[in-house]
Amino acid sequence: MSVQRNRVRQARAVEAAMKLVTGACAAAVMLSAAGLLGYLLVRGLPAMSWSFLTGMPLKDPPGIWPAIVGTFWLTVGTAAFALPVGIAAGIYLSEYAKRGRLTRLIRLSIANMAGVPSIVYGLFGAALFVMLLRFGLSLLSGSLTLACLTLPVIITSTEEALRQVPQDLRQASLALGATRWRTISKVVLPAAAPGIVTGSILGLSRAAGETAPVMFTAVFFLTGLPKSPFDKVMALPYHIYIMATQPVRPQPLVVWGSALVLVAGVSIVNVAAAAWRSRARKKVRW
Amino acid sequence: MKMRKWLTIGAVTALAAGTIALAGCGSTPAKTAEPTTPAKAELSGTLTVAGSDTLVNVAQAWAKAFMAENPNVQIAVKGGGSGTGIASLINGQVDFANSSREMKAEEKDQLAAKGSEAVETKVARDGIAVIANSANAVENLTKDQLGQIYRGEVTNWKQVGGADKPIVLVSRDPSSGTYEYFKEAVVGKERNYAKSAKLLPSNQAIVDEVKANADAIGYVGVGYESADVKVVALDGVKASVDTVLDGSYGLSRGLYMYSNGQPKDLAKAYIEWILGSAGQQIVTDEGFVPVK
Amino acid sequence: MSESSEAKLDRSSRAATRRAAEAVVGRLISLSGWSAIAVLTAIAVFLASNAWKALSDPQVGLIRMLTGTSWYPTSTPPLYGFIQYIIASLRVTGVALAIAVPIGIAAAIYISEFAPARLKGIAKSVIEFMAAVPSVVYGLMGVYVLGPALKDLFGMQSALTALSAGVVLAFMALPTIISISEDAMHSVPSELRQGSLALGNTHWQTTRKVIVPAASSGIFASVMLGLGRAIGETMVVLMVAGNSMELTWSLTTSARPLTAVIAGEMGEVVQGGLHYSALFVVGLTLFVVTFLVNLAADLVLERQRARWRR
Repeated sequence: MSVQRNRVRQARAVEAAMKLVTGACAAAVMLSAAGLLGYLLVRGLPAMSWSFLTGMPLKDPPGIWPAIVGTFWLTVGTAAFALPVGIAAGIYLSEYAKRGRLTRLIRLSIANMAGVPSIVYGLFGAALFVMLLRFGLSLLSGSLTLACLTLPVIITSTEEALRQVPQDLRQASLALGATRWRTISKVVLPAAAPGIVTGSILGLSRAAGETAPVMFTAVFFLTGLPKSPFDKVMALPYHIYIMATQPVRPQPLVVWGSALVLVAGVSIVNVAAAAWRSRARKKVRW
Repeated sequence: MKMRKWLTIGAVTALAAGTIALAGCGSTPAKTAEPTTPAKAELSGTLTVAGSDTLVNVAQAWAKAFMAENPNVQIAVKGGGSGTGIASLINGQVDFANSSREMKAEEKDQLAAKGSEAVETKVARDGIAVIANSANAVENLTKDQLGQIYRGEVTNWKQVGGADKPIVLVSRDPSSGTYEYFKEAVVGKERNYAKSAKLLPSNQAIVDEVKANADAIGYVGVGYESADVKVVALDGVKASVDTVLDGSYGLSRGLYMYSNGQPKDLAKAYIEWILGSAGQQIVTDEGFVPVK
Repeated sequence: MSESSEAKLDRSSRAATRRAAEAVVGRLISLSGWSAIAVLTAIAVFLASNAWKALSDPQVGLIRMLTGTSWYPTSTPPLYGFIQYIIASLRVTGVALAIAVPIGIAAAIYISEFAPARLKGIAKSVIEFMAAVPSVVYGLMGVYVLGPALKDLFGMQSALTALSAGVVLAFMALPTIISISEDAMHSVPSELRQGSLALGNTHWQTTRKVIVPAASSGIFASVMLGLGRAIGETMVVLMVAGNSMELTWSLTTSARPLTAVIAGEMGEVVQGGLHYSALFVVGLTLFVVTFLVNLAADLVLERQRARWRR
């Protein structure tokens, strides 16, 4: 009897200990994220000013406006290429594809694309878009390279969002005489939109933060604002890298200020998307 | 009804095509009109310069000053490396390639294959300073000692008159012009750097590491000398703009701008301005050595 | 009469155009389905074709590159041996996984099994934040904060070492490992969990004997994906690892992983030249390695999916 009670007591002690250990690990992760954010704020906030955000890099005090604009257009360009193809591919996998070898191969390709290192995308973009297609170092080359990198994220999140739309909705629409495409475009896609948008924004915001793929395809250290897709652009991540490693007179304020702007921008967009999704989800329930 | 539908589609398509064609026509003359306008007093247009990270700061300062003098001129400067710059020049994407090394035969061939020839302009010189941590007691090295150190034959500061500490080698990466120059001039044409050398991506990264690491030795352009690190004399002479100018310091190399054929119009005005007193003053201000 | 026949005609022609449009859309969508295969194939083809010059060069070639330990592109003849860079990638990645795997899985267990609902929500957003922070920012933290701290802590000669880079990479691999492991544990059917608890097992016993084994393939896949992320990361290693080409297994010396070689040298090389081509060989190696890692992860994840699909 007492042996059994001992065992129970022992199990409870182990449970408490393990809860503590795993909890400590989780806490350590959370704390380091908080530390990262706090450090960025402490180092970056002093740089924040209107002239820093909207000024030109060569002026005194230096600004990062062209880098912000460049990152914005690179992201827009990435979206322009990756969204149509990615969403269509997601629709294909969820609505058209039959379970079979080909579908399996496509899924495998997507998983593998997601794992290809970003620098390899950079090499690929340099060889194909910059050299072979002669787009040069340009917004276009950079956007196309980043679009390839973002594609798997968009395909996967579209497919997942579509799969969560109940089959009943599709059948009801088809039963009313709507065609397959009409069912998809009028019923399934709107229902899945929150998931698709959030997933896409997550993917695009990662693209916005990438340095290695645009290093050899799009970015200039210093240039005016882009006027056409064939212009070179500045980009925040590359600007951070350059300002941290190149200048004769280090400007830590510019480095940390840019880092804060980049992280804040990416986080704000992500949080907004997540908030929108949870609101949209509350509205539609099944 | 069906007919009307197709007519509408046809009309819309034609209209769209027309608009695109018009837009295309509209923009072409505008583009060709640009270079014909520069009068003596008023330069206008855009120039793109890309290449060497060593030159990027001075190129940036040139662009800034030149644009201030000529408000209608836009000059874009990019780092990224000499090879990137020259490749962009070969592909016709830039007006000038900055290079911290002379153009290689392979590259000249590529340009020749396109029926063009590179024109080289030496726009500045760079003295290569040897730096160590400020806590290091070693003040002077001979060129031979430096070569032994970088080949990995001398591995302890004690062997060259310092404390009993292993030497930490810091270098640029193998595709940089500085790496190549230093190899030819110090390490030896037929010899190689020790494998333990840290191959850092920029001059500033070298300064940062030498500043933080008590046992490190590195080499950087004289423009990167700072109070945070010690400049080690080479054969009794410390690298500086003055010692390179008067020829007493041995390690210096040219920095170049390449153009596709002889520069014309705005490009010509720009390169002449760079070689003039205003441009060369900026070279000095940025810590490099003027060509004259 | 004429009116109604025209209306009929109109309706039937509209149906015809719609059917035609439907067919076109269907075609386009099926075509997009191929996009992933197309891009992946294109990457392989372009890497291989640009790498060919070095691979077929009698002085270089794959065998010499994979067995050589010296990378001297400017010596005569140029040497492009890069086994030391592969080992450098392994050293850095090894450090990252040694830290990120235990901590990540433990944190995932806590978040999935022990954490109250509100804390779970917060933890998930924090992890999303960590995943969204750009790599160059992690690089900055490595150069200015973590590297110097580790140098003092371990009495290392330099802050730029395999260890420093590995620690920074651990932070980057953590979100991947935590979120996928947590997903895997979360998707274990709750009957299993409740069954175990009903038999009198404690939460921890249930976790250890039921949840973790049931989710093991998902956890394994999370580790493989974290590994892929660590091997492929560029900016952090370029800035923090120190980039020396010694062939060593030491963690407190510098390392130059494959990604850093490409990022560091690509800008200056003669484009289309031998050195350029050699960098594509390095890229191709990286591609093949991450391909295999991801393939393994995917096959295992697929098994997991099949197991709970009923």
